[in-house]
Amino acid sequence: MLTNPSFGLLFWQLTIFVILLIILRAFAWKPILASLREREESIEGALRQADQAKLEMQALKAGNEKLIAEARQERDRMLKEASEMSNQLIETAKQKATDEGARMIMQAREAIQNEKMAALAEVKNTAAQLSIDIAERILRRELSDSGAQKQLVTDYLQEVKLN
Amino acid sequence: MKRLLLFFFCILTLPVFAQEHPTEVSTTADTQVEATEEGKFNAGEMILHHVGDSHEWHFASIGESHITLPLPIIAYQPGKGLSVFSSSRFGHEFKDSYNGLKLEHEHLVAEDGSTVYDFSITKNVASMLISVALMILVFTSVASGYKKNHGRAPRGIQSFFEPIIIFVRDEVAKKAIGPKYAKYLPYLLTIFFFIWFNNLLGLLPGAANLTGNIAVTFLFAFITLLITTFSSNKYYWSHIFWTPGVPLWLRPIMIPVELIGVISKPFSLMVRLFANITAGHIIILSFISLIFIFNTVAISPLSLAFGLFISCLELLVAALQAYIFTLLTAMYIGGAVEEHDDHDYGIGGDDADAPAHVHAH
Repeated sequence: MLTNPSFGLLFWQLTIFVILLIILRAFAWKPILASLREREESIEGALRQADQAKLEMQALKAGNEKLIAEARQERDRMLKEASEMSNQLIETAKQKATDEGARMIMQAREAIQNEKMAALAEVKNTAAQLSIDIAERILRRELSDSGAQKQLVTDYLQEVKLN
Repeated sequence: MKRLLLFFFCILTLPVFAQEHPTEVSTTADTQVEATEEGKFNAGEMILHHVGDSHEWHFASIGESHITLPLPIIAYQPGKGLSVFSSSRFGHEFKDSYNGLKLEHEHLVAEDGSTVYDFSITKNVASMLISVALMILVFTSVASGYKKNHGRAPRGIQSFFEPIIIFVRDEVAKKAIGPKYAKYLPYLLTIFFFIWFNNLLGLLPGAANLTGNIAVTFLFAFITLLITTFSSNKYYWSHIFWTPGVPLWLRPIMIPVELIGVISKPFSLMVRLFANITAGHIIILSFISLIFIFNTVAISPLSLAFGLFISCLELLVAALQAYIFTLLTAMYIGGAVEEHDDHDYGIGGDDADAPAHVHAH
């Protein structure tokens, strides 16, 4: 009884099962499997994109670091140049100042020398003039009094000193 | 779960409680034995009645009143044509005959002995219709979940069935069949859920033993055989008619062996499912019958404990047998569609082919 398949049950089962298979395939398995595949693909795509983004980030970071390093190098170079230049400038300025100072000292010296010469010349002239004046006056007055002559000479000399 | 099982026991024990009354009247031990021998309670008959098919849906008996659902009888007689009527026309316990037809041990026969084709909606067919309706309801709602929650995480019933569907797809179909799995996936999924649902429905009290019916398992095995045969490639047949890796003189002998293998694979499918499910039902019913065989309520804790244990086991078996059936089906299909480059070349006596090559040169 148990191991005897009945014909009616076989018939109904075949009919029902085929209908079930068709219905489930169309309305259940197809949309379900399609959605699952779609979701898996989207997850895979998202993962791949994330990986790519990570790589890009790394590349970007590396680029940034390179840029920063370059910038740092550039800055160092510029600083160095600037300091060199400033040193040079200071050096030049110093040199110039020294030269100028020396030149000015020289000029001053020359001027002093000239002034001195002029002064000396003037003194000489004045002395000569005075001598001449004194001599002239002495000669002109022809003083008999030797005391008065001496007094006169002394006065004149005092006048010269005042000058 | 527990409540369900309790309910199950209550329902199953109801009809036999009713049968206890006559034995209680006869008080002596001798008459009790006599009563049992007379067939007041025949465990074998009761169990076979429960695991077999029927033309009515019998839920319970209380005293002399039976709670049954009469099912439609559809009979085709070559001379008379089709006749459709309710099984209640056969009267109480199918004693009467109607329209020249009668039921003999659930077999529809004509009174005049002519052939009758029985297309009745039996208990199994009705149960199958219910399970199919349930499956369509469940899986269309799962499918609509994908439309509703498009691009979002699965919810509710959808999230319960999704891992199972993915399991069948990845662990069964993809692994056993290979790259051509997509074509066979709807069949595998349908067969898996059909067997699982009906295994579980069969565990309900008063339910039909559909997947433990040989007609049902036979048909699934037969469909698997058809799919295997019609989707097979030349490697499959060359493996059968000219088995590689076997000494030349053995190859003609291998042909019948391989041909038997073609039939025995689906045959094993059929018997495995039928035997497992029917055996489970018989064991549970046997434990419950113990109470009435010994005619004492003292044995009921033992029956209950074992019955409960076997019922839990049956829940596992329900899923396991569905998985095994689907996996083996997938493997047989996979064996038929596999593109193999003589992968088992050289496992057996590979010398058989080597000299042939040498001679050819």
